Amino acid sequence: MSLNIATVAFYVIAIVLVGSSLAVVMLRNIVHAALFLAVVFGAAAGVYVLLNAEFIAIVQVLIYAGAVTILVLFAIMLTQNAMSRTSSPFSGQAWLAAIISVALAAGLIFTVGSSQMALASPNASANLANAINGGGTVARIGQLLYSPFDYSYVLPFEIASVVLLVAIIGAIVIGREE
Amino acid sequence: MVTLNSFLVLGALVFCIGLFGALSKRNAVAILMSIEIMLNAVNITLVAYASAFQSFAGAGHGERLTGQIFAIFIITVAAAEAAVALAMIIAIYRRRSTIDVGQINLMRW
Repeated sequence: MSLNIATVAFYVIAIVLVGSSLAVVMLRNIVHAALFLAVVFGAAAGVYVLLNAEFIAIVQVLIYAGAVTILVLFAIMLTQNAMSRTSSPFSGQAWLAAIISVALAAGLIFTVGSSQMALASPNASANLANAINGGGTVARIGQLLYSPFDYSYVLPFEIASVVLLVAIIGAIVIGREE
Repeated sequence: MVTLNSFLVLGALVFCIGLFGALSKRNAVAILMSIEIMLNAVNITLVAYASAFQSFAGAGHGERLTGQIFAIFIITVAAAEAAVALAMIIAIYRRRSTIDVGQINLMRW
């Protein structure tokens, strides 16, 4: 039984992630749910650090834990009297949603457990969560995103900036007072 | 021992928790929060595969980090989606004074 620090960190982060996700879904008070959403995003950043994806972890903290949480809190503040606090936060079909979700979870976990892809992958039997990898992946991600000559994703990156521009203008147009 | 399967099971669990929230909540902001949880779960799965393929001998230079690039694009699109969806929720609230998705039934068949 090898119990190194990466394994302990994975299980701590996994328990925090699943627990705070359940808190987001189950809590009646929407403000508390939004604050637990920040915990979900922080725990996901921890998972990315364990997977040697430090750039994704930093982007996750900046965009999700920073921007999206504040955006959600602003929306809750602007619509605070819309839902009565006494009625149930779940709709009438919540039992059906629970059945679908549990069935999908069971199917996914069974598929992962019996998948050739997951079992035959190179690191499936090795310890995936080791923080020491010799150098980061940030430089290679930058080459992949920006390089105009090499095999790169520069065209999807430009399209993503157009998508962001459209989203900014669309949010202003939709949210504007007449 | 933390393997690829551990991360995949974690992603599946978080995805299904978010799916339950997205299907069962009445508040539109809560549904949006559940969708963000689902997007995060997909990102965890993609980054786990990228990490598993980093030492894969057959992969080329660019293919090893494709999962992380996909995760970056998902984060970008999720941020745009959150901004537009929250603007729509505020516009609906201003017009109809509710964000209960059971009462926003203009397009109900």
